[in-house]
Amino acid sequence: MKQSRFGAWLAIAIGTVYFVLPLIATFEFSLRLRRGEYSFDAYAIVLGDPRFQESFLYSTIQAVATIIVGALLVVPTAYFIRLRLPRLRPIVEFITLLPLVIPAIVIVFGYLRLYNSSSWLPLTATTRTSDLLLTFSYVVLALPYMYRAVDTGLRAIDVRTLTEAAENLGAGWTTIMFKVIFPNVKVAILSGAFLTFAIVIGEFTMASLLDRPAFGPYLQLIGANRAYEPSALAIIAFIVTWACMGLINLFGRTPAMAKR
Amino acid sequence: MAQEAELGSDRAVLVRFRIGQSGWAMVGVAPFLVFALMFLVLPTMYLIVGAFRDGEGNFTLNNLGDLFQPSIRSAYWISIKVSVASAIGGAVIGFFLAYAGVMGSLPNWIRPTLMTFCGVASNFAGLPLAFAFLATLGRTGLVTALLIKYFDFNIYSTGFNLLSFWGLALTYLYFQIPLMVLILAPALDGLKREWREASAILGANSFHYWRYVALPILWPSLLGTTILLFANAFGAIATAYGLTGSSLNIVTILLYAQIRGDVLHNQNLGYALALGMILITGLSNAVYIWLRGRSERWLR
Repeated sequence: MKQSRFGAWLAIAIGTVYFVLPLIATFEFSLRLRRGEYSFDAYAIVLGDPRFQESFLYSTIQAVATIIVGALLVVPTAYFIRLRLPRLRPIVEFITLLPLVIPAIVIVFGYLRLYNSSSWLPLTATTRTSDLLLTFSYVVLALPYMYRAVDTGLRAIDVRTLTEAAENLGAGWTTIMFKVIFPNVKVAILSGAFLTFAIVIGEFTMASLLDRPAFGPYLQLIGANRAYEPSALAIIAFIVTWACMGLINLFGRTPAMAKR
Repeated sequence: MAQEAELGSDRAVLVRFRIGQSGWAMVGVAPFLVFALMFLVLPTMYLIVGAFRDGEGNFTLNNLGDLFQPSIRSAYWISIKVSVASAIGGAVIGFFLAYAGVMGSLPNWIRPTLMTFCGVASNFAGLPLAFAFLATLGRTGLVTALLIKYFDFNIYSTGFNLLSFWGLALTYLYFQIPLMVLILAPALDGLKREWREASAILGANSFHYWRYVALPILWPSLLGTTILLFANAFGAIATAYGLTGSSLNIVTILLYAQIRGDVLHNQNLGYALALGMILITGLSNAVYIWLRGRSERWLR
């Protein structure tokens, strides 16, 4: 028994080295901007860069829009599938898994061909509609996680009784949806939302190919042209990811991850 | 008679009510289905159909045949090699980590810490991950510098290069291992204590237990998750792009270049490139789902 515990400690130790060393190295590297001494100059430069602020704000807004659109699409769908249309469940679940099967770059390639400026629905023609297309592409990316989270949340409450109780009190469908169902799956939506935020905030492929001024393409620009600032950005990105996961744990406390 | 009629009309009202309800349900689900059609199914179908067309729109299989020209074939091949290496590496290391966290009889705080960290690390991918590894194992990275300073050992003199196949595989492990841990931990939880005790009573040692009880039960999850990790790495682009720019010719970077500037000089060949990727990730996922179904037989 003693031997197996030694093996377990060894696995944890090797894992810790592999996972923590890059973080320490990145942090150390980010402090090297000033010659001969450590400083936080790289962070000051990055945080003071107006392009950082603009792109980070842009991606934050995109993330929030993605979460809202995603919740409005997923919650009614998962609700009606559970309550009235169980026959559609396999189809809907298959659809929500597709974004994990089809690589993101392929999906956005399809958008660029189907919705280019000379097509029947020229979404890439103007800035505003391109922003919208990026939001939709992020909703697609977040779909598997959002759907899982909401469906798990709905399983925990008695949807049928809640609905019948609301109906008996004379509530219409919109009232049931927004005053009964949404508040009851708020926690599930939140945990899906933070995961979505973590995915969207640094997303590169779709933002870059749709030519939007998001945080991902900004990271790429700095990475290609600067020495120490990318490390500072990596540390910032790591903190943001930590914060999102911490918030999920705080609100969610559901067993296992919403991921498959 | 009158009563019967009344009953009948009651039923009619009931039926109409039911239809009304499922009609409402359809209205509730319709936006989702339309959205999925417009932003998931149709764009993908467009590429798949385009892969079977030539410049004039006639049916052809030439695009698929052209995928086997050396430059494209090598791009697929490097992608597959990197994905296989990082999937197997991630699966093996992830298995030992998950085992240590779940069954290693370590202090109680280890498991939640491990799981939370894995949740973070599996989402810490893309460009920031590339920057982190450049700062660690790049030519002026901390580990590279420390090894030279204290051990007089330059990893770059051994032929190692972060901007190459092995460097990319090593970097991918940073999100592959945690994903393996997250998926495998519940499966390990499913191994019942009684099975181990029963095998011990029958005189089995640890090796016998793993060889004849645990691994036969776990192999569908192990293999399935490995395949999932493969698909996960195969579709990735941002990490590779941040690490190597466009110098490493993997298939996602080739497709990126094709979308930006038609480097293959044939739009339809680009569609075929995308179709090849869908086939590979689709097939891996199908095998994964099949294996997951098998693993659920025992691990409930």
